[in-house]
Amino acid sequence: MSSQAITASSTKPVIKCSSVYKVFGENAKKVLAQSNGHVDAKTFKEAGCVVGVNNASFEVYEGEIFVIMGLSGSGKSTIANLIPSLTDTTSGDIFIDGQDLLAMTSKQLIELRRNKMGMVFQNFGLLPHKTVLENIAFPLQVKGKGTDESVKRALEMVELVGLDGRENYFPRQLSGGQQQRVGIARSLAVEPDIWFLDEPFSALDPLIRKEMQDEFLRLQGVLNKTILFVTHDFNEALRLADRIAIMKDGVIEQLDTPANIVLRPATEYVRKFTEEVPREKVLKIEDVMDPEVNASQLGPLQVLKDVIIQTVAEAVLTEQKHVAVVNETGDIVGSIHASKIIHMLFGKENVADEKA
Amino acid sequence: MEFLNNRSKSVQFFVLLVVFFTLYLTVAPSETNMLWRLPSLLSSFPGAINGFAEYLMYDFFLIEIYDPDLEEFEDSALIRELTRGFSRAVLFCIEFVREILLGGVKTIVAFTSWDFVGENKWAVWPALPWTVVAGGAILLGYALKGIGLALLAGLATAYIAIFGQWVPAMETLSFVLIAAPVSCLLGLFLGAIAYKSRTAENILMPLLNVAQTMPHFSYLIPVMVFFGVGDHAGAIATIIFATPPMIRLTLLGLKRVSPEVVEAGAMSGCSNSQMMLKVLIPTARRDILIGTNQVIMQCLAMAVIASFIGAKGLGFNLLLALNQLRIGQALELGICIVLIAVVLDKLSLAWANKQTDYFANLNFSQRHKYAILFLVLLGTSIILTFSGKILFGGEINYFYLIPHNQGITTEPFWQAGVDWMVENWYRGLQIFNNWLIIDVLMPMKAAYLGMPVIATFVLVMGVGYIIGGIRSALVVGGFLLFIAFTEWWDRALITAYMTSFAVIVSALIGITVGSLCAQSKLASKAILIVCDTLQTFPSFIYLIPVIMLFGVTDTSVLIAVVVYATIPATRYTVEGLRSVPSTLQDAGSMSGVNRVQRWMKIEMPLAFPHIMLAINQTAVFALFMVIIGAMIGTDDLGQYILKALSDKNGIGNGLMLGLCVAFIGLAVDHLIRTWADQQKVALGLA
Repeated sequence: MSSQAITASSTKPVIKCSSVYKVFGENAKKVLAQSNGHVDAKTFKEAGCVVGVNNASFEVYEGEIFVIMGLSGSGKSTIANLIPSLTDTTSGDIFIDGQDLLAMTSKQLIELRRNKMGMVFQNFGLLPHKTVLENIAFPLQVKGKGTDESVKRALEMVELVGLDGRENYFPRQLSGGQQQRVGIARSLAVEPDIWFLDEPFSALDPLIRKEMQDEFLRLQGVLNKTILFVTHDFNEALRLADRIAIMKDGVIEQLDTPANIVLRPATEYVRKFTEEVPREKVLKIEDVMDPEVNASQLGPLQVLKDVIIQTVAEAVLTEQKHVAVVNETGDIVGSIHASKIIHMLFGKENVADEKA
Repeated sequence: MEFLNNRSKSVQFFVLLVVFFTLYLTVAPSETNMLWRLPSLLSSFPGAINGFAEYLMYDFFLIEIYDPDLEEFEDSALIRELTRGFSRAVLFCIEFVREILLGGVKTIVAFTSWDFVGENKWAVWPALPWTVVAGGAILLGYALKGIGLALLAGLATAYIAIFGQWVPAMETLSFVLIAAPVSCLLGLFLGAIAYKSRTAENILMPLLNVAQTMPHFSYLIPVMVFFGVGDHAGAIATIIFATPPMIRLTLLGLKRVSPEVVEAGAMSGCSNSQMMLKVLIPTARRDILIGTNQVIMQCLAMAVIASFIGAKGLGFNLLLALNQLRIGQALELGICIVLIAVVLDKLSLAWANKQTDYFANLNFSQRHKYAILFLVLLGTSIILTFSGKILFGGEINYFYLIPHNQGITTEPFWQAGVDWMVENWYRGLQIFNNWLIIDVLMPMKAAYLGMPVIATFVLVMGVGYIIGGIRSALVVGGFLLFIAFTEWWDRALITAYMTSFAVIVSALIGITVGSLCAQSKLASKAILIVCDTLQTFPSFIYLIPVIMLFGVTDTSVLIAVVVYATIPATRYTVEGLRSVPSTLQDAGSMSGVNRVQRWMKIEMPLAFPHIMLAINQTAVFALFMVIIGAMIGTDDLGQYILKALSDKNGIGNGLMLGLCVAFIGLAVDHLIRTWADQQKVALGLA
């Protein structure tokens, strides 16, 4: 799914942030007001304030996986906490489904969280005194659902995340991966529209992390939620995202699709991340194909436009002629030659410049 | 000063000692020399406090009250009426529980104000036969935890009944069953408020500090003045004493809840009250349960002390037995108190850890299994009681209530033991006793008393300055100044001498035992269990065996204090040493350290802050116990507090003396805590 497709299909964003600032410190509001929009970490530090988020504006559309990526201290988790109002926003506007979040009363906020939002936490945030089942049923019980009903729903969730048979375990009796499955099940129990995942897999072993990412994609395939996913792992971001916002020191450095970020990094900081990326595993055929088609050069081979390069690389590279790129309905939308792929993978210069 | 600032701490300390000893040797004792003793400027304070209390009780805010006896309105002070009403309410609750357990019609009469009880012979409410209570305890233990707890509860109740302590034990229980839940809820409530509001925390903390270092006895006097004498006064004093640790531990626990759990609660859509009751408090359960445990311990420790102001029950009998030197009986009573403490503690713990099974598809009889069983038990017991009436004839019905001191008793055995020991060990013990008193204690006491006030101030404030700079020096100096201006400076010195003696011995024993035990995992576990068990014993219990051995002397007091104060020293040492990270242990092993080197170079420095806390706790425990030691005759502050207790105008003296003790404790606490915190920062542990 490309971002253009999404913007076209649903023009109304589910989450809309405009010029959001978060400054930590005693008199954050005052200091921010005095700065007249010129926010600088150094001068703020002298005033005893720390800048968490600096002028962030973005929109998240329905059914989209929006990933915020950044290193520790970049403000990525802060943003994820501002949108469900776990942390108060210092300045700016946040709209959820067109409703002004910052104007809501605490009662409205509680209703919003009870019905529309679910969140998964890095260190799981499970209630240690409750069993798997009780943890998952917790948001339902808080809402005032009866025991029978919430247990029934919780059991469905247990099945969804594959923890059958462990309903009566306590969090301490589960492995990290299992605990996070509980966290995921709990966050989905109320059938939220917006799903927040704050570094959900960062505390897990690499192998489990891969497994959980697959699980996550499987779930999203079934549920099709609007997702705000926070991570410090660039590869994870590339793997899962429809769009990525890369953050540094509270500022969004670049907001784009994974392919565009890899092929056209906006800043030096972003480029450093892209250097080590195995492009063949990230980019799709359509990202590097030639949109002009010369029918005479085409060989018999055809590839789908939105497959990952790696999966078809061998076939394309062994083909002497140009390869036709087709869409789902079988129409030819472009072509690609083996040399292009070799150049993209091993070429010194930036492929994007050439393409542009 | 500039010169001193740049030197290392040890040089500073050496200079301080030199100054101290110079002052010590040069300032001569004299009544008029201000350097020797400060004038007692605060001597009018106690009188003023008395006057104020009297004013509050009799003249402040007079209101008209209808007196049913005189059948007319009278003037009475508001505070007096409030405390009276409160006393009545508490007393009513205690009586109510007591009459369920032991029988009686007072509460029924209070409800109906019906006069038929006196006129009709049949109007009596019987006690629950002891078999019902014992069976109930077993059922409860089984329902909450399982067969182990059931067994413990059963044995404990059976012991109490068989040894003929049923009536006083139920009296004590009725008072604990009111005081403990009230303290827990109050503590939980105030702890939650302190968590929510910084202002509340800032107000509560210093109050808690003083409250927790004031000796038990000092609480009794104001309670007595405001609430009178009796079970309710005992319960109120207990509540005041038992609540502070609950508040503190609640706050600690709530603060330790991980922010993610709080966020998870918020994301689940918790309202404020749901957050507190369903997320925060259950998650902080571990610390809160320690608080509950402390409350129960304090309640039973107070059971004895509260008997000074008229609380009935085991404590009163224990006090009597101690005064009559009936060691065997005191021991049996002590065990009763310990058993009640242990059973209540375990039951409350099991109750808090109880979980529900959502999948069990239960029918009616399964769901109400325990209620049905209890009814069966009640029926059987009643039948048993009536059959007992026939079986035992007109004599005592052992299936109903075994009257006080009519059960089995091991007293002759213990008395014989004591007699035997006195006969055989007398010389040995006496020699030790004499040596300790003449060669150690008396010189030490004399040395403390011979200390000019200026030397004391220089020493303590100097230590404060070296440890925590000018601020610490002023804080401890302030505490000291208060004591110096009262007329009890010499008494305070005696308290200080006994406490410091006990702390030194306890710390030596505790750190040694702790270090040895920490070498092995098994031994650590064992010693922690021993410490846990010993900590459940009310402080009073420790006096029993030592009196048995050493009679009523300073030695007895000090040994009891040492035993009591060694527990925290050992415990914290073991915990501190065991908490040294294993990577550091491995690093040590790879560097080729031997056991002694490991202990000296790796474990001790890293566990140092922990061990400082051990010493801190030891000091606080010792101070408490020294004051309680007044019961068996000392001549320190404690003795004066005890005297104030029997004085009608004792409130002023009692409070001032209590503050003196509290300030000694707070000064020590401040110094050690500051030092430990600095070490923590230096080690990167904070």
